[in-house]
Formats: sequence, C-alpha cells, structure tokens
Amino acid sequence: MTLAWAEVGEIAARSLGVAGAATLLAALFGLPLGVWLGSRPRRGRMGAQVVLYAGMGLPPVVVGLLFYFLLSRSGPLGGLGLLFTPLAMVLAEAVLAFPMIAGFTLAAVRVRAEGVRRLVRGLGGSERQVLVTLLWESRRPIVAALAAGFGAAISEVGAATIVGGDIRFHTRVLTTAVVLETRKGELESALALGAVLLGVTLIVTAILVVWGERR
Amino acid sequence: MIRSEGLVRRYPGFELAVEALEVPPGRFVTVIGPSGAGKSTLLRLLAGLERPDRGRVELGGRAVFLDQDRTVLERSVLANATFGLELAGVRRREAERRVRPWLERVGLAEKLTQPAVSLSGGERARLALVRALAIEPDVLFLDEPTQALDPGHVDRVEGLLREAHGQGRTIVLVTHNLYQARRLGQETWFLLGGRLVERAPSERLFDRPREALTRAYVAGEMVY
Repeated sequence: MTLAWAEVGEIAARSLGVAGAATLLAALFGLPLGVWLGSRPRRGRMGAQVVLYAGMGLPPVVVGLLFYFLLSRSGPLGGLGLLFTPLAMVLAEAVLAFPMIAGFTLAAVRVRAEGVRRLVRGLGGSERQVLVTLLWESRRPIVAALAAGFGAAISEVGAATIVGGDIRFHTRVLTTAVVLETRKGELESALALGAVLLGVTLIVTAILVVWGERR
Repeated sequence: MIRSEGLVRRYPGFELAVEALEVPPGRFVTVIGPSGAGKSTLLRLLAGLERPDRGRVELGGRAVFLDQDRTVLERSVLANATFGLELAGVRRREAERRVRPWLERVGLAEKLTQPAVSLSGGERARLALVRALAIEPDVLFLDEPTQALDPGHVDRVEGLLREAHGQGRTIVLVTHNLYQARRLGQETWFLLGGRLVERAPSERLFDRPREALTRAYVAGEMVY
C-alpha cells in the first residue's frame, strides 16, 4: 500500500467530520419538518411527501453541479469563497441527507400521530407536547432515518468531487480517495480505504442504534 | 360543570345534532346507543378535543379524556403512568411518588419496569385509568374503558370509577354495556342516528323509558 496510514486516518477523520456535520445540519431541519408533516392530515402533507420521497433519489452529481454553479466565482454565492472547501461539501451532502431524514421521519411519525395526539390532548397536553412526544416515541425509526442520512452523506462521491475538488490534505475524503487510488491502479490502497469507510459507517450506525434502543 | 348549546358536527353521511346539555359537578353520566350513533363524537366535542360545526361547549375545571384505544407509549409501565402528570409539569420523581400507590392498587406494582406494550388489554385499561386519575381531574370523559375486558377486569375498573366519582369527580362514560350504564350512571343519555333520543335518571330511563325507541333499545331490540 502506497498510502501512509497517517494519511488514511486524516482522510477518514475528514470524511467523518464532513458527513457528520452534513447529517447534523440535515437533521436540524429534517427532523422537525418530518415530525410536523407526519402529524398533519393526509391532505396537508401529500405534496411535501412526494417531493421528499422523490428527493431520496437525488443524484449526488446533480447536487454537486448545482452547488458548483452557486459557489463558483461567477455564481450568486461566489463571493463567499466556499468552493473547494469542506464547508461546501457539508452543504451539498446535507442536501442529499435531508430528504432521507425528513422522509423517513415523516413515515415513522405518521403511523403514531393519531394515537399519540389523542393521548396527549386527552390528558390536557398542548400541541407542542404532541410533537415532542411524537418525536420521542418515534426515536427508533428516526435512528434509521439518521443512519440513512449519514449513509447517503458519507458514501456519496459525485458531489464531494465536484464541490470539494479532492484536494489532498484539504478536501479529500474516503470516497474520493478510493476513486483516485483505483484510477492510479493502487488497488490495495483503494481496498484499504474502502474497508475504513465501511468500518466508520458501521461504528456510527452502531452508536445510533444503541442510543435509540435506550428505554 | 359541562354545558353545551346547539351542537352540530357533520361528517360525510353523518350529522350529530344535540340541543342543550348540562352536567352539574359530581354527576355520573352514562351514554348509550348503537355503533355510529355519535356517542364518541359527542364525547370528543364535550371534552373540547373536536370543534363543532355549530354550537358551543363550556367546560369547567380540569378535564381528561380516555380513549377506547388505551394507547400506551413505548416506555415502561411506570413512565406511562407518570406521563399525564409530567405533561402537567410535575417533576418525574414527584410524579413517580404519586402514581406508585395507584399502581399498587390496580395490581401493576410488580410490572413497573416492564415495557407497557407487553401488557394485556385489561392491564392497559387499568394503566390508562391510573394515568388519567393521577392527574386528579375534575371531569373524566371515558370512551368504552372496559371494552373487551373480562368480568374481573371490568369490576376493578368500575371500582376505580366509583371511587373517583365518590371523590366528587364528574364522569361522562360512553358504553355499549347497558348493565354497566345502569350500574354506574346517575343519569343516562340515549343517542341514535346522531340525535339525543332521551336523557333521564338512569333508573327511570331503563325501567320506564318515555320514548318508544329507548324502550326498544333497552329491551334489546334492533332499532337501527
């Protein structure tokens, strides 16, 4: 393997940081939206549901291209100087993770919404307490939503390449490094990086599942 | 005190229309009628959980509505029992202190840490009642609290209801069980097709109903 383990660690840490931040950002907006939509009557949520479910199939390269246009020097947000930075990768990956988190949360909440609302309102609780209870009662499937969002973020390569540029020691992440090493014919390094990627995903998912199974 | 005037609630193919109703504090009202008569709808309207298309409801005091589904949360029995108090802002430790005697009385003290979803139907009914009674509400709205329970469980639930009523709570109970309606109620309302056919002291409604439809219904005839 031509790649030093220290560099692999540095790439893995960046992958984890970028995908983790993207998941958190997507969850910040996706969880409340999913809970709110899931607790609404069918007529009030159908349109949003279609958009979110369709968004789960967003091609990462298309999202990357969109952010490239937005963030490139001549683009509307070019002045921010974000192109080819980890932050640009976080934003693009958050867009990919968002429909997963919001959509799966919506699906999880929808089946519990009526019973929980009747219970909470019947006991004199407020509408805000209905939503908080729904969020907590749906925590196990919501863990699956977070795992899916994190998986979408850490495994994508198209958007990371386009908006990150795969710059060594700056924006290189595990997926872009796997592509690079494969193209160089360094299959041993590519396989090692792939194994690290799977390991990171497994560990994060395990942490999420253990957290969600707490009583 | 519960007071309503000119309540109207419409669904596709169904209309509930009930003129003035009044339930003084401490009264035990039972509501009977066949399925689809509008009993649960009326109960939700009176409890303020559903808005009428017309008319208004006045509800004095703290009210609790107990659904026939006996929904339990994915938490322990103890956490389910304290849930109502916690919604009301009572701290968990204090809430646990208050519900423990109730859970002992209904035979759930041995199952405090057990997931509530593993309870039987009868145990869920008792847990739901404890959760509601622990709040010490002024008014209890109950929708079929003993549905599909065996006589032993029915007896325990009815015992709790009698006790709650003895403490001065107002109770409005929807039931399909005519014997129960007579046993527990001071006053009984008979609903049919979204209309209040008759309301009277329970003993009189069952023994000497004034309306022919009530007479037929309490005699077990088909009045649909």
